[in-house]
Order: sequence, then C-alpha cells, then structure tokens
Amino acid sequence: MSTETENQGADDVIIRFEDVHKSFGSHRILNGLSFDVRRGGVLGIMGGSGTGKSVTLRHVIGLLTQDSGRVEVEGRNVADLSPGELQALRKRMGFVFQEGALINWLTVAENLALPLAENTSLSASEIEDRVAEKLAQVHIPDAGGKLPSEISGGMKKRVGLARALITDPDIILYDEPNAGLDPEISRSINELMREIADTHDATALVVEHRIGCIETVCDEVVFLHGGKALVHQPTDEFLRPTHPRLVEFLGPEARS
Amino acid sequence: MDLLSSVFGPFAALADSAHPEWAPGWLPDALPLMAAASALYVAWQIDGFRQTLASIGARIDLAIASASRLHHLPRRLRWFLDQLFQAGVKNLHVVLLVGLFMGMIVALQTGIELAKFGQEDQIGTIVAASMTREMGPFITAIVLAATTGSALAAELGTMSVSDELSALEVMSIDRTSFLVVPRISSLMVIAPVLTVLCDTIGIIGGGFVATSQLGVGWPQYTSTAFDALQDKGGLIPLPMDVYAGLLKSFVFGGIIAVISCASGLEARGGALGVGRATSRAVRDSIIAVIVANYFLTWFLYR
Repeated sequence: MSTETENQGADDVIIRFEDVHKSFGSHRILNGLSFDVRRGGVLGIMGGSGTGKSVTLRHVIGLLTQDSGRVEVEGRNVADLSPGELQALRKRMGFVFQEGALINWLTVAENLALPLAENTSLSASEIEDRVAEKLAQVHIPDAGGKLPSEISGGMKKRVGLARALITDPDIILYDEPNAGLDPEISRSINELMREIADTHDATALVVEHRIGCIETVCDEVVFLHGGKALVHQPTDEFLRPTHPRLVEFLGPEARS
Repeated sequence: MDLLSSVFGPFAALADSAHPEWAPGWLPDALPLMAAASALYVAWQIDGFRQTLASIGARIDLAIASASRLHHLPRRLRWFLDQLFQAGVKNLHVVLLVGLFMGMIVALQTGIELAKFGQEDQIGTIVAASMTREMGPFITAIVLAATTGSALAAELGTMSVSDELSALEVMSIDRTSFLVVPRISSLMVIAPVLTVLCDTIGIIGGGFVATSQLGVGWPQYTSTAFDALQDKGGLIPLPMDVYAGLLKSFVFGGIIAVISCASGLEARGGALGVGRATSRAVRDSIIAVIVANYFLTWFLYR
C-alpha cells in the first residue's frame, strides 16, 4: 500500500526542484534547493528579500537556467528542452509578473489578445470573445480599450492575471502579485487568485511576502533560507511555526 | 611567491644586467611593478576588445535574424506604419531645418572660393552634387540616429528592464519578429524618403545664399542645379549621384535601426541601464554610419 501511494505521489508531482544551485557572479542565490509541487496544488514560496524566490519561479518557465541540479516539469528537465519543446511548454503556462509587464503601446484588450493572435488559429471574433470573458473573470469588463498607462496598479495586476489565464494554462506562476498594492486591493487580488485556483484545474506557484496572500491562496508553503527550502509544510502548519528562523520571520503574524 | 619570482624575475635580471649608469637606482625595483601594470592594462584592453567584438557579433546576429523574418512583415503592417510615422513625420521638421542650413553652408563655403576664380555661377552644380551624393544621406542619418535611434533604444530598453521582453518570451512570441522587423524595415524605407527631402531643401537653401550673398540669379542657379541632377541618356533621367545617395541612406537606415534595437534589447539595470543603452545606440550608430559611408563611397565611386 505504501509503494502504491509513493508511485501515485510521484506521478502526481508536476514540478520538481532537485538540488538546484544558481549563482550570479560570485553571489550564490540557490544552494541545493529541492521541493515538489503536486498537480492541481497551489504552492506558496516565501522568504526574505534576495533569497531567490523570483529566481526560483523563473527557472520553471526557462527564463533562467540552473548551474547544477534539475528543474523538472512533468518529469522533464526544463534546461534540457529544445527551443521548440520549451516554446510548447510555455504555451501551457501563465506567468503573472510583479509589475504586470504589459506591452505599454498596446491596449488592455490587445495585450490579452496577443498570445492568442500569435500562437493560435482562432478567428478575430473568437479572440474578442475570449478577451471579454477573461476581462469579466478578473472583474474589469470595461477596461479593454484603455492603455496600460491609463489604469491603476491594481488593474494592471488584474490585466496581467487575465493575460496569464487567456490560454487556459495548466501551470500559473505568480511573482509577488500583491507587491505595491494597498490592503483592500490585495485582498481582492487574493480572492481572485483563490477563485481561479478553485475553478481552474491548474497548478500554481505563488511567490509572495504577505501572509494574507499565502493564507488565502496557498495549500502548501516553501520557506527559502540560505538558498534552500528550510520548511515545506501545509499552510496551516506553516502559520504555526516551530522553526526559530520562521518564528523570527513571521513575527506577530504567526498563529499561536 | 615562486610564481611571482618566475614571472617578474627575468625583468629584474634584465634591469640589473642592462642597468645604465644614468638610470636611477630604484628602476630595477620599479620594473616588475611597471610590468604588472602594463599586463593589467593590456588585459583590460583585451577584455574591452572582446566585449566590442561580442557586441558587433550580437548586432550582426540580430540583422541576420531580422532578414530571415522579413516575410513576417505583412503581419506587422500596423506597427510598421506606426514606426514609419514616428520616424518620418515626427522628424521631418528636424531633417528639413538641418538640410536647409547644410545647403546654405555648402553654398557659402564653396561660393566664396569659387568667387575668387569668377566661377560662382557654377554654385548650383556643386550644391546639388554635394547634397545628393554626400550631405543629404549623411545628415539625414545623423538626425535619424539622434532622434529615432535613441528613441528605439530607449523604448526597447525600457521594455527590457520592465520585464516586457520576458513577458513576450514566456508567451512564446518571437521578439525579433514582433519588435525588431517592423522597426528596421520602417527606418530603411523612411531614410531614403527623408534624404530626398533633405536634398531638395538643401538645394533650395543653397539657392538662397547664391542669390543673396553671391550675386547669382535664381534662373542661373536652378539651371546649373538641374543640369547636375539630370542624366539625359539614362532610362530614368537621374545621375548616379542620386542613386548612390539613396542607396547609402537605405543602408544607413538599416545600420541605425539594427544598432539601436540591439542596444535596447541588451539594456539591463533599470533607468541607468536604459540611459547607457540609449547613449551607446547613438554613439555606435554615428560611428558605424561614418565607417559604412567610407566603404560605400569606395564601392560606388571606385
């Protein structure tokens, strides 16, 4: 029974970091990072500034390549994929950037339509329908005609989220979705992320500093320290820390 | 220590053996330090040279990648036309102003010398030939490098530092096809058009000087200028100078766009990185245009 469970568990792992090392010049960021993400799960990545949270996320989508170790998506090392295979993998992923990273000379609707217009054979009306659907899903149905410079930071996050969802990805990567937002907008973004996690059958990795987001959105949390996963626990346990470093990090936000 | 003495020992021995009487006593001691400083300087220069070669290689690579994606241009027509407007219409007044004064300068400088030989009535020929052959393409290229080239580098540099290029990458959108091809094509098209306008306004400017300063009448000036711009035997009645000038400006447009786009795409490190990319784009574009101008002139007029 235990072997069967282990095999099932292994099949269920969609993203695996195995002893990953990454340095920039003489500055070592990841130093033997290992953790797994299960299919359909939402994993939060927490840690102090400069501990390599965003770097970790960028390895999953092939924006960075590890110095050693393996970053596997569905059992294949991302660094070993050919350009065509990497492109195919990326088409099944969505990435929500910290600042939205919207193309500033395209309207919101054009930003959303871009991946569909470039990578699919959908007709213009089908693309238009899909864009309207996703804008409605992130609760900004009327923002399509605006330029990124004309919308607020919170709306940019929503548009970034809608763009990541436009291709109905299997894996969604969030890079600090709450950064620079006030608490009220942060809460609405967190609720939206949870709603997406509940309604889509997608796996998600969320890099975040704020406990509120982790608590609302994530099923499990990895805490990075010294380039390694110091703690990997279900969110409830994570918020009742026993490790001294984690107690220190969470401070008064930890549950007793 | 062994390594140090094996490297610097021969220098000290050489200094000892060849130490002339007039040389100061500290020379043998200073020689190893001087050798080390020289070695560091050479290594620094080699590193800089290697970076320059890498940068040239990246630009040639971008030019080849863009040429191989030229068939994507019909899909990018909207952005091609937008760039055409940005580079053409928005810079038109600068090109016209600079071109006008360039023609006036050529007329004034040359006219004063011609007047010494009583040949000032030939000023139209000289202004027309200078503008079409050399001044028009060159001045247009400099204006485009300073305006459109810097804008391209700043725009793409800002996209690079604000993760927009990474966003394109994760969406599997080819940035060369999406961003670079419309920009290079538009500049290669608009540069010859602006050159024709620069040539025209320069010749008109030369006419103002000829009539007001050199005492040459408009009919005489225009007649000699038009004569210089006609090749009655050709299929299209224009001389080689005009074609050569237009070919030059076509090439200059491509050079400026490739260098500016490559500089922008390479930008890293926030606003400072964008500033550096922009300044590098303008500096390198002007250098490349001048070098290419020499070789094109050699090729076309040898």
